[in-house]
Amino acid sequence: MRFGIVVFPGTWSDGDCHHVIHSILGHTADYLWYRDRPDLTADYDCIVLPGGFSYGDYLRAGAIARFSPVMSSVADFAASGGAVIGICNGFQVLCEAGLLPGVLMRNNHIQYRCQWTNLRVERTDTAFTRACAPGQVLDVPISHGEGNYFADEGTLARLEDEGRVVLRYTTPTGEPAPDANPNGSAHNIAGISNRDGNVVGMMPHPERCCEEIMGGCDGRLIFESAVRWRMSQSG
Amino acid sequence: MTNIKGGGVDKKVLDEIALSEDEYQLIVDRLGRQPNRVELGMFGALWSEHCGYKHSRPLIHFLPSEGKRVLLPPGQENAGAVDIGDGLAIVFKIESHNHPSAVEPFQGAATGVGGIVRDILAMGARPIALLNSLRFGPLDDPANRHLFNGVIGGISWYGNCIGVPDVGGEVVFADCYTRNPLVNALCVGLIRKDQLVSASLGAPGNVLLLVGAETGRDGIHGASGLASRTFEEERELRPTVQVGNPFLGKVLIEACLEARDSGCLEGMQDLGAAGLTSAAVESAARAGAGLRLDVSRVHRRDSGMDPYEVMLSESQERMLLVTTPEKKAGLEVVFDRWEVPCVEIGSVNSTRYATVQDGDEAVASLPIEPLIDAPKYRLEGVRPREQERLARYPLGRVPLPDDNPTRVLLKLLGTANVGSKEAVYRQYDHQVQTNTVVTPGSDAAVLRIKGTKKGIALCTDGNGRYCYLDPYAGGAIAVAEACRNVTCSGAEPIALTDCLNFGNPEVPEIYYQLEWCIRGMAAACKALGVPVVSGNVSLYNETQGKPIYPTPVVGALGLLEDVTRHVTSSFREPGDKVFLLGRAEVRGRSAELSGSEYLETVHGIVAGKPVISLAMERRVQQVCRRAIVEGVVTSAHDCSDGGLAVALAESCIGTGVGFDGAFPVVGRWDAALFGESQSRIVVSVPPDRGDALVKMAGELGVPLVELGEVTSGGRFSIDGSVDIDVSDLAQAWRGALGAI
Repeated sequence: MRFGIVVFPGTWSDGDCHHVIHSILGHTADYLWYRDRPDLTADYDCIVLPGGFSYGDYLRAGAIARFSPVMSSVADFAASGGAVIGICNGFQVLCEAGLLPGVLMRNNHIQYRCQWTNLRVERTDTAFTRACAPGQVLDVPISHGEGNYFADEGTLARLEDEGRVVLRYTTPTGEPAPDANPNGSAHNIAGISNRDGNVVGMMPHPERCCEEIMGGCDGRLIFESAVRWRMSQSG
Repeated sequence: MTNIKGGGVDKKVLDEIALSEDEYQLIVDRLGRQPNRVELGMFGALWSEHCGYKHSRPLIHFLPSEGKRVLLPPGQENAGAVDIGDGLAIVFKIESHNHPSAVEPFQGAATGVGGIVRDILAMGARPIALLNSLRFGPLDDPANRHLFNGVIGGISWYGNCIGVPDVGGEVVFADCYTRNPLVNALCVGLIRKDQLVSASLGAPGNVLLLVGAETGRDGIHGASGLASRTFEEERELRPTVQVGNPFLGKVLIEACLEARDSGCLEGMQDLGAAGLTSAAVESAARAGAGLRLDVSRVHRRDSGMDPYEVMLSESQERMLLVTTPEKKAGLEVVFDRWEVPCVEIGSVNSTRYATVQDGDEAVASLPIEPLIDAPKYRLEGVRPREQERLARYPLGRVPLPDDNPTRVLLKLLGTANVGSKEAVYRQYDHQVQTNTVVTPGSDAAVLRIKGTKKGIALCTDGNGRYCYLDPYAGGAIAVAEACRNVTCSGAEPIALTDCLNFGNPEVPEIYYQLEWCIRGMAAACKALGVPVVSGNVSLYNETQGKPIYPTPVVGALGLLEDVTRHVTSSFREPGDKVFLLGRAEVRGRSAELSGSEYLETVHGIVAGKPVISLAMERRVQQVCRRAIVEGVVTSAHDCSDGGLAVALAESCIGTGVGFDGAFPVVGRWDAALFGESQSRIVVSVPPDRGDALVKMAGELGVPLVELGEVTSGGRFSIDGSVDIDVSDLAQAWRGALGAI
């Protein structure tokens, strides 16, 4: 299994994702430079857009990164059915690039938040939730200042109708309570997918919880799902 | 140098750069002529208190700086480097940004983070952790709240963007920091020992590259005017505060590390206080070389800047790189890849002069030696009368409080100083780089070192109130407590970095505090066998004539040979036995009220004389570490602010377990439960390991007393005096900072 990890200037989860994919899970992982425009479909099984502050998030999170040459390659890869995950800033880039609907606004309390959250898995047939059980509650940390998911009512209704809300912030027992929402996201949304389930964006950081010594291993399920999904594609 | 324009000086010019008339005369004597404006500006910057350490250098040498793990003499490079085995070194340093933060808290704190990160980067190390030691006035004063929110916001903004986890530190409140906050930022870097980079210009013929941000007018006179004297009219000083660009800061980290790996780098130096002047001159001094700079080549943010402004600008996110003419292209490729400006601005020669040109015109030519040899002032300190008076304060006559022990405990847990700082640290990314094994909230943060079994523990400490009451004991306690905190995670303290925050050293009482704090720190370093490998001094911390508490902040680095063996401050399992290391019984003496949080919070008194036995401290820490490493102890928590009862409560809150205390309280209950005597650690052990702990303590001659048992009921009780639900304690503790 070969993963590509996109690096924009200002990306900082690239090394963390590489550590998990390569050193923990034993797969191949390459860095993909933002100024390049390779054909990803031939060489890669999964593309990761990691967290960070691409271009400092100075204009709006992800707004400049989406114009990078590498994003054309990512769009082509996604259109061909390839598995693409955007984590944190990567989710913001996917939304800005139009590969996922909606936007990530500033947290409603206007502060940055780094803390553990509980995520209920709403759908288990996407490329990144296959290894999870329906309704399973994962412990995954967040670290962002702009994770407040917003879309117009029609888009939100469509996402819900089509089952494209993949992860929701909940209490430890799986209740999507207002108190469990760390940033004001509409419908407690933590992650969504495109219609085919091959492109997923999520604000929490699964790469930060793939070893017991880091406080938990639930993040592994996200990466292991990509492996299962790839096997099901080739099978 | 006939083509240098200049000469003449008036008081106003000297005042702008904080040089005295005597110092000006000394410059004239050493040069054998009058300096021109650019030259005087360069002297002003390098002879500032901030860069020249005029008052502190004669005292700093009291601190032991050698040890078997120390890789570089302190002061030689931008930060200290410590050998942790496996071919790796930890580079670390703490630095103040107090004055800029008082003027403009958001950018002042942000650039404090950026600046210390580049000190670490200049050594070639990857920054892997940040800590912040902060002091503010009480938050009910809107001016303090403005400073607090600005500083926290600035640290969060810069640190989060550059992807370096902010893993710990302190936030302390006291009246004396009103409008003069302390913002001390500590950065830790990791590097392969054989990759350490020197901030030296190397051999004649080398070329100098300025990389990173354009040079602007921000921060001119930051080192001299802002950081090296007292100030009253703060608003006028805002242009002296630099403005940060964390995005460029992050890109610069990656580009400079790639430059290090390219094999094309001969030396590297960050541009910090006094900008290009100090970067160039100090790295020339290290090489015993001279240099020629052409300011017309410096890429600029503002048009019309003159050479004086270019040489003294403190614009952020700039580094000076040294390479050979042959290898220059190799570095240019790296910086082009990262789209970071990289400009050749000069070259190294053997003249031992710093020559500055503006195109063809020579604008300064100064010998290196006097520039880096600022005058040193060894003054006679005078013990403050107040200190003598407060030491004699009749603590025995302090009445017992009207409130019962449970109410007092709740009150202390709910103070801003004792209560949870989660409202602060949840605004900092403390997990990025996926090394943070123990996140903020325990006695020390613990990071793993990937690719090894090892871990490091990090903390900062420094109780200004203790130092105010007794600078010598307070200085010793700052070192002891920092070492104790890393010890409580199971790590061996191996090196320290210090930031000395004091008032105006020209006042004999302040000088006394500075000298005796340093002497106390030195005594503790020697007793505990830990060297100080880097540091920084911030003087003139006062407003409207009132000095801050003398506040030495000590950052400790601990090493864990096996990171999986660490413990935290939280009790683990119901049924575990709880012991107090360092005391044979729980006895309350009025002297233990000295300088305590309890005495100030409940009685409104700051008085007494803190004391510490360094021999006992050393042994208590040895027992604690050994018990953790051998798996006997499953939690360890330093008894500090708020005393024993607060330490026990905090150990319960983390995991939500209860505590059933069954120890007799002898003497005053307030001093027993809330006194702050030193060298005490609360530990818990599985029921079958109590004997092993008693035996270990006995072997090292450390007294201990069994306090009780961890329980599952969620109730916190101390025989006959305290009885309350842990959830109520937790609520008071978590709500201490209110809505921020």
